[in-house]
Amino acid sequence: MKMKSASFWISAFALLTIAAAAGQTPQILAIEEPQKVVVPRQEEVRIVLKASMRPGYHANSDTPSESYLIPLRLTWDAQAPLQVIEIRYPKPKLEKFAFTGKPISVVDGEFEIVTRFRRAPNALPGPAFLQGKLRYQACNDKMCFPPKTLDVKVPLLIQ
Amino acid sequence: MFAALALAASLALGGCASQISKGEPAARRDKNPADRKLAPDFELKDLNGKTIRLSDYRGQVVLLNFWATWCGPCKIEIPWFIEFQRAYKDRGFTVIGVSVDEDGWEAVRPFLAGRQVNYPVVVSTPEVEQKYGGVEALPMSFLIDREGRIASTHVGLVTKKTYEDEIRQLLD
Repeated sequence: MKMKSASFWISAFALLTIAAAAGQTPQILAIEEPQKVVVPRQEEVRIVLKASMRPGYHANSDTPSESYLIPLRLTWDAQAPLQVIEIRYPKPKLEKFAFTGKPISVVDGEFEIVTRFRRAPNALPGPAFLQGKLRYQACNDKMCFPPKTLDVKVPLLIQ
Repeated sequence: MFAALALAASLALGGCASQISKGEPAARRDKNPADRKLAPDFELKDLNGKTIRLSDYRGQVVLLNFWATWCGPCKIEIPWFIEFQRAYKDRGFTVIGVSVDEDGWEAVRPFLAGRQVNYPVVVSTPEVEQKYGGVEALPMSFLIDREGRIASTHVGLVTKKTYEDEIRQLLD
């Protein structure tokens, strides 16, 4: 398969904020809201989810250093008109904090999560939505925040 | 829920909630016993299924610590708490650890297995968390006097000395 030449590269964003419980939980991670993605009949689609973390905070990477840490995880609706080929998480950083004996695998700042999709065989032409969830658990050097799940909704136009 | 949060914010942290929203450790101390609020009572099970009721500890100084296995700063404090339990238990002091892990004992049991935790540990419920203001950040600890009133509250990692000084003041 001519992966690169056949791929339909799409990047999309806008701001989603964390729904803060009672308005008190600090906004730690925001993702840009995806714009409409056109899904050609026989081409792969790539969706880039851009995220940014509040300065001074980090989230565990998708491959945490310790088993007790909650990984960054993007999941997509299995019934969607697109089928996941691969999810690529940002390259983690190994960082040491006041509360860790050794460096741990984290992401911070701005990062992207890239998902490659193929069109599902039963996808009907027309508008649709692709829904996903981004789960993360964040800390700064003094405290940690309970795991959060952000809803992701990507408008599609199936050709 | 909002009422519970508001109650607990008033109960525990007063005007310090904004510090948590900035990601900074927050503390509230009520040195005058008359200003202290009663710590909400609860009943939760420990690892062995024994009921731990906060009000059963009336007459003791209690360090009530909300924590989770995924919380790095919480793990710094646990050895301190083990030490405090050993040093001050005979003077009428106890730590009670309250895990807020979503997976409950499935996560907490193996975590405790590798550590010689010498104080009661229970698994929280959403109701208990709401009584204490909801868990915005961890670690979150309440130091409770012998009359069951909250003498100080800490959210975020503070020093061992801070805890120990406050425990001693309440025990004296």
